[in-house]
Amino acid sequence: MTLATSANSVDPLLQDIIGPTPGQQLRRRFFGHRGLMIGASVLGLLLVIAVLAPVVAPHDPYAQDLMARMKPPVFLGGTWENILGTDHLGRDYLSRLIYGARVSLLIGFVAALISGTIGTAMGVAAGYFGGRVDMVVTFLINVRLAMPVVLVALAVVAILGGSLQVVIGVLGLLLWDRFAVVMRASTLQVRGREYVAAAQAIGASTPRILLSEIMPNIMNNLIVVITLEMAHAILLEATLSFLGLGVQPPTPSWGLMVSEGKNMMLFEPWLVLIPGTVLFVVVLAINLMGDGLRDVTAPENRS
Amino acid sequence: MSQLDTPVLELRNVTKTYSVKQGLFGKPKPLTAVNDVSIKLARGEVLGLVGESGCGKSTLAKILLGLEAPSSGQVLVDGQALGGQDRLALARRIQPIFQDPYSSLNPRKNIYDIIALPLRVHSIGNEVSRQKSVREILDIVGLPARVMNSYPSQMSGGQRQRVAIARALIMKPEIVICDEPTSALDVSVQSQILNLLNELRQEFGLTYLFISHNLAVIEHLATRVAVMYLGRIVEEASVESLFDAARHPYSDALLKSVLTPEPGLGIPDTHLGMTYPNPIAPPDGCHFHPRCPSAMDLCKSQRPTPLFDAAGRIECHLFSP
Amino acid sequence: MCQSKSCQDTPILSIDNLTIDIPTSAGTLHAVRGISLDLKRGETLCIVGESGSGKSLTSLALMGLLGKRIVPRADRMEFDGIELTTASARTMRKLRGARMAMIFQEPMTSLNPAYTIGDQLMEALTLHGGSSRKKARARAIELLEKVGITAAESRLSQYPHQLSGGLRQRVMIAMALMCEPELIIADEPTTALDVTIQAQILRLLADLQREMNMAMILITHDLGVVARVADKVAVMYAGELVETGPVKEIFAAPSHPYTRGLLRCIPLPGKTKRGSVLGTIPGIVPSLVGDVEGCTFRTRCEHAAPACRGPIPLHSSPEGTHSFRCIYKPGSLQAEAALSTGTSV
Repeated sequence: MTLATSANSVDPLLQDIIGPTPGQQLRRRFFGHRGLMIGASVLGLLLVIAVLAPVVAPHDPYAQDLMARMKPPVFLGGTWENILGTDHLGRDYLSRLIYGARVSLLIGFVAALISGTIGTAMGVAAGYFGGRVDMVVTFLINVRLAMPVVLVALAVVAILGGSLQVVIGVLGLLLWDRFAVVMRASTLQVRGREYVAAAQAIGASTPRILLSEIMPNIMNNLIVVITLEMAHAILLEATLSFLGLGVQPPTPSWGLMVSEGKNMMLFEPWLVLIPGTVLFVVVLAINLMGDGLRDVTAPENRS
Repeated sequence: MSQLDTPVLELRNVTKTYSVKQGLFGKPKPLTAVNDVSIKLARGEVLGLVGESGCGKSTLAKILLGLEAPSSGQVLVDGQALGGQDRLALARRIQPIFQDPYSSLNPRKNIYDIIALPLRVHSIGNEVSRQKSVREILDIVGLPARVMNSYPSQMSGGQRQRVAIARALIMKPEIVICDEPTSALDVSVQSQILNLLNELRQEFGLTYLFISHNLAVIEHLATRVAVMYLGRIVEEASVESLFDAARHPYSDALLKSVLTPEPGLGIPDTHLGMTYPNPIAPPDGCHFHPRCPSAMDLCKSQRPTPLFDAAGRIECHLFSP
Repeated sequence: MCQSKSCQDTPILSIDNLTIDIPTSAGTLHAVRGISLDLKRGETLCIVGESGSGKSLTSLALMGLLGKRIVPRADRMEFDGIELTTASARTMRKLRGARMAMIFQEPMTSLNPAYTIGDQLMEALTLHGGSSRKKARARAIELLEKVGITAAESRLSQYPHQLSGGLRQRVMIAMALMCEPELIIADEPTTALDVTIQAQILRLLADLQREMNMAMILITHDLGVVARVADKVAVMYAGELVETGPVKEIFAAPSHPYTRGLLRCIPLPGKTKRGSVLGTIPGIVPSLVGDVEGCTFRTRCEHAAPACRGPIPLHSSPEGTHSFRCIYKPGSLQAEAALSTGTSV
């Protein structure tokens, strides 16, 4: 024993704590994942722009100038005054896009937050308590899955009238299904681990077990679902606004911009293409980030 | 030794029945995981519990830890019924050590938080005194204090099992339920953990219920052994008498199937039929008769009554009273 | 290497200097380093080692199942004259299942839950043997009976989940034997099973092996299993073969400090005093990422000396059957142990 320790006091092979902490590992994987980095950068940039909209936007998004209607963007022969041109009321297209990012991100974020809270509560309860609770939750999930989201949203908005609050509320109350399904499955998996039994044997209360033993271990899945549902909500808002049942004009919203541009689509296709492309890029970025997060937080599931 | 007559832990006719649904539309059927089990643990002893998987060992452990309620029968701690004690009081007296140190430690918590959890749950001391207790217990289980900030994934299997032991012992329980504590570990680490458990028992006067399928380990550590088959204790005896002369044919077969590291002896023939019976439809009479090499006609129809004698307890027609 | 009379029948498997490096983000993991082994027909070799010793990787390399990312290197890795390191994927596919078979620890993950036992058993034969379904079916029933499964014919139409763990492991064995392989590799075939079932499965494997004159490699960490099943033992530690030899010699006169330590760790019924302190090997297996030099056991060895960081000589017995890698000469540690404890090992 003594011989071994003295002989190996500075031996490179000798170690007892192996490897980096989970946090360090996560950081390394996070920054090493290209898709995740691209998605996060795009989204981060967009977030900054949305937050700083009043500073960044070159013009007032509501200011109409009927003398300068449908000026083409700069790459189609327009001027630098209106980089992305103006719409049919002469409003600066770039400024409307920038303010539209606020609406889209706000709706995506708040709707995902509401549905995430509902779905997580239901899923975790079903997974942890099992039995009757599980039966009820599973039934509710099935009922929810049987409802066509767009139709229900249309009906509700048609009755209550479209506004930012109504759209957020409707989407928040409709998009919890995936949260519930994923959280239920993850909780079921974690509940069987022995550290949960150990906490029970210690006498820890159920809320404590849920919060400090279960939740931290299903957090990674929750974050992934949040990102995916954000993208989902943003797309749905665009759909509703396009159909005229979402955010009401003159609020700048990407869906509304596509909708307003569609009449002119054959003559000025860029009116639809610009907000369409932005929508596409944002959803792609969020999905890239979601996929990346899944890879990074659960490396054992990677193929 | 005033506590000699009151066992520190006692099970009185404990039965646990689950209802199991077979198939999507099957009618639920009762599964008796633990069937009329009575055991007593005297202070400071190590009761080894052996049996094949599915015999009800783990269900029994869960009942003792208060994680499952028995369908009937009583669990008494220091002569007091378990139902009468609240969960926290029970947790202070009985703690588990689980089999798999990779699953028994929360991967998102550092070692300090894991070991200090019992103190927090029971509101014992403040953060400063908890730090001190954790340091002390780490020293006792043979881990350096600097592991406190590490995470389970940074430790080897043996180190993790030491952490699990530290968590179990930090509240100074009287009884520790060890559910296969070494079977997930490498051979060279197993012996360290066994030595540690043995040391701790002597130092703190602990009582162990030691569940294992490794009979060599049971023989080394236990003072008494209970053999379980299909939810029933079929034989209970001191470790010497069981390992020197097992009486129940099942105990005998179990002992025979142990592969001791002695080259040249070949692989023993246990004479056991290979199939462990389905616990949902246990055989009539003595549950063991379809696999028993010395089964008689009587065994097929009538359940043997247990015989209590100087050597312990046996439930077999060969030893009927 | 093979001059003695008993060695004249050429080995069916011959490995010389097998090395497996695994690229990781932190550097190259030298998982297996310089393994050399020989195995004859009818012989059983047990590879003993703990987690991380590289014992399973070695067997996967033999079967060509390491995957594309990991390329094993060897001076020679021959199976009945076929060089495995350079063999094409097609050749390997033909060998696997037909002439070399593998039994895994967890039968549930290696049996396909979507197909019946019968389909899976017969597939092995119709794929490699080219026999008719009828013949394959007859052979499947015959083998299921041979591995001790009652009502074999009705089992053919059952699915894996309908069988108990012991039964599934028997089905795996039957499947491995369908094409009468010449080499069978069993990776911890009984670790997940109860002791009573373990004894039966091992007996069965040993009987079948004798009957079919197969060579068998059994990978295990259980020294009890090794003692009872092996003809030859190879002890692996941290990717290296530290000691090989006939089973009786390994258990009677273990030479490498690791082998000696392992044998002291397990309670021996009748020999170890009940409740006494068991021998231990302190410390943990070192990381094999980056440069690995000298003896990797030195961090846990009670006899470690500065020389352990340098090149380690290989000591072979005069017949060449028993060899170990250590800076100490054969017998010197035994003598020391005898002096210090007053007992012979």
